[in-house]
Amino acid sequence: MSYEFLQTLWFILIAVLWIGFFFLEGFDFGVGMLLPFLGKKDEERRAIINTVGPTWDGNEVWLLTAGGAMFAAFPHWYATMFSGFYLALFLLLVGLIIRGISFEYRSKDSNPKWRHTFDWMIAVGSFLAALLLGTAFSNLARGVPIDANMMYTGNLFTLLNPYGLLGGLTMITVFLLYGATFLTLKLEGDLRERARELSKKLYVVAAVVVVLLAVFTYIATDITSKIGIDPGFTPIASVVAIVVAIFFINRKMEGWAFITVALHIVLTQVAFFTLMFPRVMISSTNPAFSLTIYNASSSQYTLTVMSIIALIFVPIVLVYQGWSYYQFRKRISTDKKSLVY
Amino acid sequence: MDPITLSRWQFGLTTVYHFLFVPLTLGLSWFVVYFQTRYYQTRDETYHKSAKFWGKLFLINFAIGVVTGIVQEFQFGMNWSEYSRYVGDIFGAPLAIEALMAFFLESTFLGVWIFGEGKIPEKAHLASIWLVAIGSNLSALWILLANGWMQHPVGYIINEVNGRAELVDFFALISNPKGWLFFWHTVAAGLATASFFVIGISAYHIARKQNVDLFKRSFLTATIVGLISSTLVFFGGHTNGQFMFETQPMKFSAIEAHWETSAPADFSILTIGDLTGKQEVWSFRTSQIGIPGVLSFLACNNFECEVRGVYDIQAEYEASYGPGDYIPLMVVTYWTFRFMMTIGLAMMLFAFLFLLATRGKYENAKWMKWVPWVIVLPYIANSSGWILTEMGRQPWIVQGLLKVEDAVSPNLTTVDLLISLIGYTAVYGALAAAMFYLMKKYAIAGPDAAMHESVDVVTAAVGADD
Repeated sequence: MSYEFLQTLWFILIAVLWIGFFFLEGFDFGVGMLLPFLGKKDEERRAIINTVGPTWDGNEVWLLTAGGAMFAAFPHWYATMFSGFYLALFLLLVGLIIRGISFEYRSKDSNPKWRHTFDWMIAVGSFLAALLLGTAFSNLARGVPIDANMMYTGNLFTLLNPYGLLGGLTMITVFLLYGATFLTLKLEGDLRERARELSKKLYVVAAVVVVLLAVFTYIATDITSKIGIDPGFTPIASVVAIVVAIFFINRKMEGWAFITVALHIVLTQVAFFTLMFPRVMISSTNPAFSLTIYNASSSQYTLTVMSIIALIFVPIVLVYQGWSYYQFRKRISTDKKSLVY
Repeated sequence: MDPITLSRWQFGLTTVYHFLFVPLTLGLSWFVVYFQTRYYQTRDETYHKSAKFWGKLFLINFAIGVVTGIVQEFQFGMNWSEYSRYVGDIFGAPLAIEALMAFFLESTFLGVWIFGEGKIPEKAHLASIWLVAIGSNLSALWILLANGWMQHPVGYIINEVNGRAELVDFFALISNPKGWLFFWHTVAAGLATASFFVIGISAYHIARKQNVDLFKRSFLTATIVGLISSTLVFFGGHTNGQFMFETQPMKFSAIEAHWETSAPADFSILTIGDLTGKQEVWSFRTSQIGIPGVLSFLACNNFECEVRGVYDIQAEYEASYGPGDYIPLMVVTYWTFRFMMTIGLAMMLFAFLFLLATRGKYENAKWMKWVPWVIVLPYIANSSGWILTEMGRQPWIVQGLLKVEDAVSPNLTTVDLLISLIGYTAVYGALAAAMFYLMKKYAIAGPDAAMHESVDVVTAAVGADD
């Protein structure tokens, strides 16, 4: 396998890992943010947490694997991005820590104050994660200051530009909608109805923000020079997916509503990685300083070894993770006997 | 405070903290596996309760290991970007494989295990805890192979064009003896940690005559596992020491405050250095009580061989790597080793004595109520061991190839690092408090409380106002 082929393959693989992460953990984040608002009574909150209880940790491993794969396949990408986005990633980690521990600890004590605190930590942690990931990704598309030595020369406030924040807002609103459609699909009775009503309201906000982001992408990124005014199939399909979602939400076609929002998230990410390729970090200082799959990658030998390992283990992971989703496919009721967390 | 010092403190604190929870996860998973498998085979309800009880405590511990583990994976790039660039070709591979092979396995099947009881076939439920244990221990293997490479780099070349280390032999990387010695030492230490955890909590209940039958079984199992594993830890450590003598002589001699080359070499019983840590002030050695050559024995299994002193090795390193200070902070290496080894020996002795005691009516013994304190022993030993291993490698981040001062992210400021260091300390402190509270509560509540998935007493609303 040629070096160039391997570099492209690993770009695609890392894209797949990120897409898988947003596809799966996206609704976890949404569910987390909705938890204190949708769940009024304790058993309702428990039911909401139980919809993601068995799977949230496995979903988060997609992020860890994406990080590990970036380290192994594109060390310069990993080094520049992780050191450059230092405080943003620190806050992301704090968000993931307080959220993860809360899922596990929340119901292990019956003190209402204890539970209340952990519920809010789940919500705040999920919010922080969505905000920071959205901001980070839109900044990647926009380009960040990077010098000739692949070093990030900005700071946290460099990332808090309007387009970056709009990216954060988009991820928050879309994940909220995604979470609400997921809950409509996974809950029963009154709670299910409330999730549906909420998803209608969230839909309006998400749709407006998505369109705004699409428009601003033309201003903030180099999409016109790289791809052209006509962005091609994927971005258009991604917008179409979210537009038709309301049709399914209104008609109580819960499975399709979930699928169309998921499709929107996946296609947006595909569009993002298409825009980036073959760059992995765009330098706003000088396009020549950008990190690409060619100047940021590991050696051909490492990429070959890693390809063989990925080829063996990715399908195995997909099979057992799919199996676990299948095992926990049933709706969750607020009946306390059936609740675990 | 400069960014390097702060980054080192941050790595040290977050890593030592993470590793407070890892050994118990590694070891206790096998206890849960054992009890659940015995229940599956015998249908004995005591085993069922044992699996649930130790499983509950396992989960409380596991959760912190998971969330602090994310920081571990991210901080190489965040704080040590130059290290990541330099070694990414090699070090990134085991890390990515760890996520792919181990993290997915343990996290997916832990979810299945927690939520699957009664919902999936019993065999699948039993298999899932096996897979959690296998996944956790596999994860230890890959991260230790990665760390083993930092101590003893193999299978690489230095690329003349870009100045980075590049992988040329993956099989050398995964068969690195240093990594496997670490794995042996760490997995055995994990089992020993879990054994003392089980011994301590069982003793608490036995002394109070609660669920005596269940806890006597746990106690017996843990003393047997504890004796075997602490012995394995000891021999793993000894073998590790000899490998270190060959590959990291500076670390070896710094551990022993062995200043001057000698043959046979003497083991220090107590040495006091000056404040710079570079000079001996006073020392009491084994030859003074009539046993010369103990250090030679530790280094190469005979009482005669030559052990080079830190001054000679320093001169040698200056000749090959250029001027600089190559002596680790000796007060740390010297004392952490002594903590680790003394406690390790004490654990062997305790496990042996407890095992002897189980032959009699030990449940009535007065000393039983003091036994829970043994739980702290493995924690001190584990932390000491890692501080020793990592600080003993200083000033190198990768032995002989890259120094710590050249590995740090150049873009980070003191303010960045103060924010993150204070932030992690606060969050980790709160986590520890919550963990300790729950662990104590469930450990004391005993197996009957653990049979319920959640302590669910409150039925009232969370609050009408939200």
